[in-house]
Amino acid sequence: MKILYFAWLRERLNRGEEEVSPPAEVSTVAELIDWLAGRDEAFALATEKRSLIKAAVDAKLVGHDASIHGASTVALFPPMTGG
Amino acid sequence: MTVRVTTERFDPGAELNTFLSATDNAGAAATFTGVVRSNPQDPITALTLECYPELALNQLNDLLAQATNRFDLLAATIIHRYGTLHPGEPIVQVMTLSPHRQAAFEAAEFLMDFLKTDAPFWKQETTPQGTHWVEAKSADDEAKARWE
Repeated sequence: MKILYFAWLRERLNRGEEEVSPPAEVSTVAELIDWLAGRDEAFALATEKRSLIKAAVDAKLVGHDASIHGASTVALFPPMTGG
Repeated sequence: MTVRVTTERFDPGAELNTFLSATDNAGAAATFTGVVRSNPQDPITALTLECYPELALNQLNDLLAQATNRFDLLAATIIHRYGTLHPGEPIVQVMTLSPHRQAAFEAAEFLMDFLKTDAPFWKQETTPQGTHWVEAKSADDEAKARWE
């Protein structure tokens, strides 16, 4: 599974994307964030305020309760500031 | 219904003229153009927009579909730039075409209110003191909520 990062989350992690293989019991966006935080202190610090982390699964905007089952790309990013 | 997400600078007037030529059965066209602002008291030298283009196209096309269901629209276009822009340059343009003005105005506002919080762009300002990410504003969430 590919994880994409944008904006200040990308800067704080020093990477725009990475390949990960979460275990089968990691089934939602929230669980994926917890799992990523458990293996990387910088990620844990950057995502401490979960309300500031938005997500998309296969280029569809979703909530943290969304399933990541079968997903090829999960994007994590701060609140959007376009327009 | 057209969405364009691009790093190329666009000409707001030329875009409007092309848009207007699409149909001759509309009585009203509304255009909103968002422009890079630099306040004299707090100047910026550049505005860099980061984008997730695949999600942006999905979100903006979905937004146009919602606007079409909700308002009496004959056509609508959203153009949004990303990359590094400078004060005075257009960032975004929303154009709506309708038989009557109320739908044209309302649809343009609806599109902008949702675009601000739901389209994956992130602004970073460059000032003489350095760069910083622009924070999301609660006023933008409130502007969106009034349509719900």
